[in-house]
Amino acid sequence: MTTPAEYYQRDPGRHPPALSPRYKTSVTRSPRFALISLEQRVSEITGPTFGHGDLGALDHDLIKNYAQDGDPIGERIILHGRVLDENARPVPNTLVELWQANAGGRYRHRKDTYFAPIDPNFGGCGRTLTDENGYYFFRTVKPGAYPWRNDINSWRPAHIHLSIFGSAFCQRLITQLYFEGDPLIPRCPIAQSIPDPDAIEQLTARLDMVATVPLDSIAYRFDIVLRGRRSTLFENRLEGN
Amino acid sequence: MDDLGYLKETPSQTAGPYVHIGLAPRAAGFDIFDQELGQDIAGPNAKGERIRIEGLVIDGTGSPIKDVLIEAWQANADGVYAHPESPGTVEDGFRGWGRVITDFDSGEWGFDTVKPGPTPGRNGSVQAPHISLWLVARGINLGLHTRLYFDDEASANATDPVITLIEWERRRQTLIATRSERDGLPVYRFDIRIQGDDETVFFDI
Ligand SMILES: [Fe+3]
Repeated sequence: MTTPAEYYQRDPGRHPPALSPRYKTSVTRSPRFALISLEQRVSEITGPTFGHGDLGALDHDLIKNYAQDGDPIGERIILHGRVLDENARPVPNTLVELWQANAGGRYRHRKDTYFAPIDPNFGGCGRTLTDENGYYFFRTVKPGAYPWRNDINSWRPAHIHLSIFGSAFCQRLITQLYFEGDPLIPRCPIAQSIPDPDAIEQLTARLDMVATVPLDSIAYRFDIVLRGRRSTLFENRLEGN
Repeated sequence: MDDLGYLKETPSQTAGPYVHIGLAPRAAGFDIFDQELGQDIAGPNAKGERIRIEGLVIDGTGSPIKDVLIEAWQANADGVYAHPESPGTVEDGFRGWGRVITDFDSGEWGFDTVKPGPTPGRNGSVQAPHISLWLVARGINLGLHTRLYFDDEASANATDPVITLIEWERRRQTLIATRSERDGLPVYRFDIRIQGDDETVFFDI
């Protein structure tokens, strides 16, 4: 096998350092030795693939996918955008999963003990595949802020957790999106674990009035960028790009 | 977009304590999807030796991390990945990818799979059989990549291009799972130490 077309190296300045002492849990869960940098091999440039047979018809619709006898409480939102790579090319057919608290800031999780109530009609997770243009679409309710034990009065800004695959294991990414204008973002040790303010800005979903459904749902736009891949132009191998 | 036309990768954030809701909702305590992804790594038709892998993920205080989620990615017994860029074909139903969560009380995790074969390296070299692992949890800001190798593959491990890249021979040992047998089934033990003495080798891939 010839040397594969590699993915661009991660820019460490874009990501939070493993040890971010203001985010206390990271102190004992961060390696002390440097990561060892690998040239990519088949193990890194391949990754799992998913198809529509893996998903159910309502998986992307958090308003309906756990509804028992009505819709969940909360501000109805559309969350949509594209998954692109660093070359600004769409990433088609890739799995996007998300999870979130309900409108009161409570997670449907056996370990969440916050006293905001569970919403009987809200599960809080969804998943979809991007289309051929890298486009994805979810419908949900806006999550509430919630308190957590970092400092005694720490509150997470409203956020949605996102998991994205891409086409290679080295592109695997989990992140969180925040909502434009939330005053808790600059106070959040997790958001602020990212050293570059411009990178934090990239995690902010924008109000998208164009995509809003009148009298129904407000919309937020959030584009996701995965690592791009080097071109091997002299091999003229378009599918490798 | 920068002035050369490149976009910047979306920054990572911790998966948080409730990662199970999104990626393994049954473990969070509810049933929502017809099928949860990543439950069967090798599938029913996989060739090769059936094995079990077990371990703990241990933090800097020496305590097990009980809310970690691990993803595994591996080739089949012939050394083929279920991906178009891996030459060859895999058995019907072989995905080679799985999700593993820890027991919330003990922190123990385990999964059943088949032992992978050797895979191509760069420039004609060969990689010893291994499983790529990716760890996310509360307190982990960017998912941690490591590799699991097998202690009964000593000669292949000795020439593996990734193991031998690690300058410190003592640290290489952190990537080797140890084999024993239980009820006639091979079980490999692989404890992952996030921090401290014998910290597991993690990779920037
Ligand atoms: Fe959260």
